[in-house]
Amino acid sequence: MSVAETKTEKLDGWNRPPTIEPGGEGELLEIAMGPHHPSTHGVFRMDVALDGERVMRLKPVFGYLHRNHEKIAEGAAYLASMPYTDRLDYFCSLSNNWAYALAVEKLVAQAVPERAQYIRVILAELTRIQNHASSIGFLIQEMGASGTPLMYAFREREKILDLFESLTGSRMMCNYMRFGGCRVDVSAAWLDAARKEVAGLPPFVDEFEALLTSNEILMARCQGVGVLKPDLAVNASVTGPLLRASGVNYDIRKVDHYGIYDRFKFRVPLGDHGDVYDRYMVRVLEMRESIRILEQALKDIPAGPIMDPKAKIRGFRPKPGEAYGRVEAPKGELGFYLISDGSPNPYRYRVRPPSLINLTILEDMCLGHNVADVVLIFGSVDIVLGEVDR
Amino acid sequence: MKTVEEIKAAIQAAVPGAGVEFVPNPSPCAQHSLRLTPGRAVEIARFLRDDPELAFDFCSNVTGVDWLDKETSEKVKVKRTVNKTVDGVEQAVEETVEETHKHVEPGYLEAVYHLYSMAKRHGPLVIRMRTVNRTDQVELPSLTPIWRGAEFQEREVFDLYGIVFKGHPDLRRILMWDGFKDYPMRKDYVDPDDYEYEPTAHDAVLKRAQAHQAAAEK
Amino acid sequence: MDQDLKIELGKQGVFVTTLEELYNWGRRSSIWPMQFGLACCAIEMIATTMARYDLARFGAEVFRPSPRQADLMIVSGTVTKKMAPQVVRLYNQMAEPRYVIAMGACAISGGPFKQGYNVLKGIDRYIPVDVHIPGCPPRPEALMQAFITLQKKIDEQHLTGEDRPRFLDEKAQGEFPVPEPAEHDLEPPSNPGVWSAPVVIR
Repeated sequence: MSVAETKTEKLDGWNRPPTIEPGGEGELLEIAMGPHHPSTHGVFRMDVALDGERVMRLKPVFGYLHRNHEKIAEGAAYLASMPYTDRLDYFCSLSNNWAYALAVEKLVAQAVPERAQYIRVILAELTRIQNHASSIGFLIQEMGASGTPLMYAFREREKILDLFESLTGSRMMCNYMRFGGCRVDVSAAWLDAARKEVAGLPPFVDEFEALLTSNEILMARCQGVGVLKPDLAVNASVTGPLLRASGVNYDIRKVDHYGIYDRFKFRVPLGDHGDVYDRYMVRVLEMRESIRILEQALKDIPAGPIMDPKAKIRGFRPKPGEAYGRVEAPKGELGFYLISDGSPNPYRYRVRPPSLINLTILEDMCLGHNVADVVLIFGSVDIVLGEVDR
Repeated sequence: MKTVEEIKAAIQAAVPGAGVEFVPNPSPCAQHSLRLTPGRAVEIARFLRDDPELAFDFCSNVTGVDWLDKETSEKVKVKRTVNKTVDGVEQAVEETVEETHKHVEPGYLEAVYHLYSMAKRHGPLVIRMRTVNRTDQVELPSLTPIWRGAEFQEREVFDLYGIVFKGHPDLRRILMWDGFKDYPMRKDYVDPDDYEYEPTAHDAVLKRAQAHQAAAEK
Repeated sequence: MDQDLKIELGKQGVFVTTLEELYNWGRRSSIWPMQFGLACCAIEMIATTMARYDLARFGAEVFRPSPRQADLMIVSGTVTKKMAPQVVRLYNQMAEPRYVIAMGACAISGGPFKQGYNVLKGIDRYIPVDVHIPGCPPRPEALMQAFITLQKKIDEQHLTGEDRPRFLDEKAQGEFPVPEPAEHDLEPPSNPGVWSAPVVIR
């Protein structure tokens, strides 16, 4: 019996993951995978009950990297939280910056100049490409291809990080966006370097795909593994490539048209089966679409200011009220919920972490599979612990 | 999407007798919200999810908010008769005296849900529920049976704020360890004093480090 | 031994060394770190092992998932109070000689998250740290500098005498007490055998 067969009834009410009858005799073997485990992307624990090799129960345990981002942000000024957002999903600091800036801009109705919007799109899409490349690299590494695909991904990631570093001064923790614009302007030389880098990306994706997409081992390990049905995915608030691999067409860039995403032509890749292979494929295709967006953005970027002249920097005190702003981060919907009471610090500062919420259905996807597939399914969710635990 | 007032009317038509209150949001983004009375919140949530026109099938964000006891004071002029000696004769004189009246509005914990519709691509609709107080009556109905995406987030709200979600299938601490006793995201939480020294001059931390130092020197 | 004489003998094809030198050379040239990432710094640690920075040049590319096969623990990232007992336990499981690099501001002192209620204010409260690297996160070059520093430190260790390393000292502490998560905080909040609060002189 496979997990997919047990998930047929229409969702109403609370859906516990299905219970599976043990096939063999004797007791279940309970093991704790993590918090120190080479495949858990950091400090994450899964309490797994096994019948032989088959997973009977799986409970994720969080909190090993709970570093109190929300509490610290409630005691700090609005802008002082910007560097902390870098450390949420530390692969994609620029998407996090954008999400937070967007939420605050909603709170105070702050406009963003044209050029800053273009810079934001360019940086966010570069971030998406390096995140997807690395996440595929980690996924393949967990399948046993130790090192090589990850090396290819990191070779490309280093080039993108060079762009980030020359612009923002830091490889990973960019702390670049501001409420109403960006911190420093991009130079013509930087744009040329970015164009050159983007021109080199399609051959990289081609090479990546030539090595992996029709690789027999990858297909055997990934196809039909960890199937996620679209209705369960929607009900469990799954977002990002994980949701689209299940065939649900929901990309916040297309739904909310935040920033200037309505100006660019791009498609939303959708999966058909919702298995690990589809998630891999959706990520590869999203990289290609991101390259398309980058080409358009780098062609059209106008001259002009990068900060709204009306933007208030000193004495920034939003009027009482609340706002929820969200972006399509590489991992899914990253949202910030802010309540202002008129003071310089937010009264409530909440991060909606896509990584944590995407793990809701981890148990459902893993049940009935072998323990070696758990590592694979977990890798295909693509999480970062800094965002799961915050 | 319907406006929040229209949704309120639709809820009251579909779930008769449901307590729904419109909460305006003064911020320019105008994401107004609906406050539900906890009693029938599950029914209302099921209606919001299943109604073909609203179709809020995606519960994006679940948050707790801690509202402390609010003390408001207002000055009231009161007329009073006071016995006074005027010209050597004791007589009752009417005087206007200013008095300060203090009201203590009891604090409460609030759970906030942000709903979107993936089918209709609209949202957000913000719904909120509040507990009776912050100490012993902190129960709210869990909406996890309606939206499974709320499972871990409600656990997080329980862990950090101490709201007990009735009907949640697996309500345990999620971020802190099991034996932990406090609710650290509450505004009146005091974290353990382990600020032995502080090489960098960060305002809040420096103050606590100096307080620790002063206590240690005694 | 006289260095000039040693060089002169080397030219004649005679290789002379001491047991201490040979022993330290072997250890410093094959440090096996534990594959153990905590937070953001772990990504920079991975980047250090990748093609561009190539940590293999220092004989340290073999990352071992098991603490029992590892010589070096790179505490790469924020240690939370929930994770600290596990870090100490992993350290206890490592065989001597063992070394610790505290990578990044969080591992040194709690860094930007120092005010957090669940953040340990420096891993050196529980285990001895050999090299601290500041930075948030430190660049890969900084991690390589830490490796070079650690190699120098190993090179200078004497096998006998009062200042001999811990693993050759019978009386030295082997097991470090693992803190227990209690109702409000870790118990004990620090290991007094390893760490004491610095005296602030005003």
